[in-house]
Amino acid sequence: MIRGIDPRSVADKPPRAERHVPVVVVGAGAAGVAAAIAAARSGAQVLLVDENPVDNDMMAMDVPLYFGQRMQPSVRNRALMMERVVEANPALAEAHEAGVDVQLGTYVWGAFVNGPTVRELPGPLLGLADDRRSWLVGYDRLVVAAGARDVAMGFPGWERAGAMGASGACSLLTRYRALAADRMVIVGSGSLGLGTAALALQHRVEIGGVVEVGDVVRGEPAVAAALTARGVPIYTSHTIREARGKVGEVESVVIVQVDGELKPVAGSEREIRCDTICLALGLAPNVELLSLVGARLEFVSPLGGWVPQLNELMQTTVSTVFAAGDCTGIHDGMLADPEIARTQGRAAGIAAAESLRSEPPIPLPHRGRGQAEGANLHAYWQTWLRSLVHAGGLEVNICQCEEVTRRELIEVKPPRYLKWESPQMAARSLDTMLRDGPVNQDQIKRLTRAGMGPCQSRRCREQVSLLLAEAAGTSVDKIPLPSFRPPLRPLPLNVLWPVDEPPAMREHWVSWFGIPTQFSPHWEAGMAVAEPTAQAPFILSDE
Amino acid sequence: MEKPKGAAVVIIGGGVTGLSAGWWLARSGVDVLVLEKGIVGWEASGRNGGGATHVYSPFGLEEQRLWPQMDELLGYPTEHQPYRIGIALSDAQLALAKRWAEIGETRGFRWELLDRQQLKELVPIAGDNAIGGTYLHFGGHANPQRTVQAYAWALQDHGGRILQHTTVTGLTGRSGRVTAVETTHGSFGADTVIVAAGPQTGLFADMLGFSLPLAPARVEMIATEPLPLMRHGGVAGNGLYGRQTLRGNLVYGGGPHEWINVPDMAAPDHPNTPLVRNLARRLAELLPGAAHLRVIRSWGGVVENTPDGLPVIDRLASPDNVVVATMSSVGFGLSPAVGKALSELVVHGRCLFADLSALALSRFADTPPDWRELVGWIPAAPLEAAAGGGR
Repeated sequence: MIRGIDPRSVADKPPRAERHVPVVVVGAGAAGVAAAIAAARSGAQVLLVDENPVDNDMMAMDVPLYFGQRMQPSVRNRALMMERVVEANPALAEAHEAGVDVQLGTYVWGAFVNGPTVRELPGPLLGLADDRRSWLVGYDRLVVAAGARDVAMGFPGWERAGAMGASGACSLLTRYRALAADRMVIVGSGSLGLGTAALALQHRVEIGGVVEVGDVVRGEPAVAAALTARGVPIYTSHTIREARGKVGEVESVVIVQVDGELKPVAGSEREIRCDTICLALGLAPNVELLSLVGARLEFVSPLGGWVPQLNELMQTTVSTVFAAGDCTGIHDGMLADPEIARTQGRAAGIAAAESLRSEPPIPLPHRGRGQAEGANLHAYWQTWLRSLVHAGGLEVNICQCEEVTRRELIEVKPPRYLKWESPQMAARSLDTMLRDGPVNQDQIKRLTRAGMGPCQSRRCREQVSLLLAEAAGTSVDKIPLPSFRPPLRPLPLNVLWPVDEPPAMREHWVSWFGIPTQFSPHWEAGMAVAEPTAQAPFILSDE
Repeated sequence: MEKPKGAAVVIIGGGVTGLSAGWWLARSGVDVLVLEKGIVGWEASGRNGGGATHVYSPFGLEEQRLWPQMDELLGYPTEHQPYRIGIALSDAQLALAKRWAEIGETRGFRWELLDRQQLKELVPIAGDNAIGGTYLHFGGHANPQRTVQAYAWALQDHGGRILQHTTVTGLTGRSGRVTAVETTHGSFGADTVIVAAGPQTGLFADMLGFSLPLAPARVEMIATEPLPLMRHGGVAGNGLYGRQTLRGNLVYGGGPHEWINVPDMAAPDHPNTPLVRNLARRLAELLPGAAHLRVIRSWGGVVENTPDGLPVIDRLASPDNVVVATMSSVGFGLSPAVGKALSELVVHGRCLFADLSALALSRFADTPPDWRELVGWIPAAPLEAAAGGGR
């Protein structure tokens, strides 16, 4: 059989990896560094990539963490931030000594693997980028230690500078030493909230209070008692009414007591002076990369929601991909003791390195984790959301980037800029959509645009799914995980573009398939209109 | 799940072609049922460039006539916007852009040639690398996601039914006619069946015992963060198709496709590849003033092509109550007209507004079975699963 070649197809123009590394570890937190060191000590050549220090523009979009515009101007000083990131992470020096190639300030924006409909890749590839350019790295084994990010919930005024996430605050405090906050109110009294309060106090940030919707403190009583002893008030059975301030800044927060139905108790409002409202409701594992490589995910609420299925070796269902640390699911024990993440990292690093000796790596069975021990986090988040809806109403933006309110989401309204009104549209809502099938976040996203902005739904993803579940009368685990697409970081066109484009790519590029008769005028039978390429000029011919 | 209830017309496939046909039928009072394996418009119908400028096609004039009325006809927004601007970075690109314009002129539409200065007045983010362009007073673009949902909702408003998450598993026939469509949710009786199943249309041809040469392929697009609206969002060129959306995002696609196989009714996977970088480069070349914009998303889709790239819109000789519709990878923009044509094929036995003889299935009677291999429209050899990933 003679196989023809379609020069306009992807054939013969595979993307080129700038380098190939046997083991790539993504994320230089506790788990990632431990994985990199363990893999290197097991004899593998290892590249460890971490995006910190993240540049100011990225931080200003609340990527990758919810920084809430509370960065000090010093974050613009890249050299200084690089020094601080290295100082804050002494294990990096150990990794360096172990022979690990450490690349900081480097984003991982994509992962690309062959599959049924992608067969032209030379092998698995990672998309990397810094502030100036992007490139591709090939790997044999991948260890994902991508961490977790804050689960955010809106309230009136949460668009103001100073509303932020706890992991964003902790990162600015410890990693960058550049948190611009004097007085902070913490929302959520779990380990994350109490730990953030203690850390902030240590860095001479005043704590105006800890707000908890539940009727008891969720974290360790001893830690709470220590905070109280330092004069930090803890307001249980309270929620947020609004953030107040002039010119887009947080200057105070109004909290309100809630009753047994999570509704505000009239007259119980209390205004607390603060410049920062730190959301410490919980963390969502960063599973974007794992999703892109095709690792199977499962919903385990006590671990923060969607997490990879893993075996004892920290191997995902993709035998070449391992995972460790917060991105595999996070619980209070891990917040208290980074050694848990390190142990996971070491296991993943050793397994990744050792699996290089057998080709292909031996996949071990994956047991579904089922319900892990611990509290149902989503029930807790749902409680917060209910109280916030009661106190703040439905006219609150659920998606800041696209300015979509809670009401517009559950009424499935087209975006306001369309200025569209019709009786037919008015009759449509989430309820009418549910008659046609179960709720799908991606579908609602396309119609309302909630989650379609530059923060890539980092601030709204969880609250959108929680509100949709609430409005649809279903549980959040029944809503399919919304899709992830590269680039996983919002990168400029002139950074993402390839300086290493293969010549064949340019020579044969056409806008569509390049079938000469596809767009020929139907009244001129046989007329061919061939799209010009770099090599072939515009052709007009009778075939 | 409601008890299976058939319809006068059962449409297989809730993509843009099937939905439009269903809507036209429902609004003329025909009892219609659309069967969709997933969510309406979920595949290529809802993830494409949104272009609505196909005046070369037998459906072209009707496409141009209908689009400006679609919002009102449907009762839901499509985000249709008129006008197209072609940017040329080379003489060859200018020749192509002029050719498109001249095809429109042949059909009675107006266009202007733009020099660089005129181009930059219309498209401030165009660069000095542009040698000129074309300004079409015809054509346009719309939002595919919003439009497919609009068709679906409007179809329901006219009494039509849509069953999502319902996969067709077979067709039951008697004496040269299809009598029922078998699905994962039961059997649905039908007087007439329209097959508009996109890349899976070929599987139905196999089921019905006729030959329909189709090659599926995967294609990709990227989307940037928004920028202030230009006077016309329908700006393309440099080997890219796409538009500025009414939100302000630049969404563009183009470049090499990957030929694939679609072995069953399951939706084929359509991930993105490092091609998103090449797309970013072409877009930054096309609109240098936007080179700093951030890419916030990408997506892929699977489309199918016939050997000549032209649609097959035909009523089968046997079974004689089946209409087949594949748009050969160019379906969204033409959908208002094609749906109307399909409804007329069902109701009147022929399209009343255009001659569809060039789109008949019979033109492929002599196409050899191994035509895909001969032209190279086939996937690369499968790779070791272990070397790849989990897809």
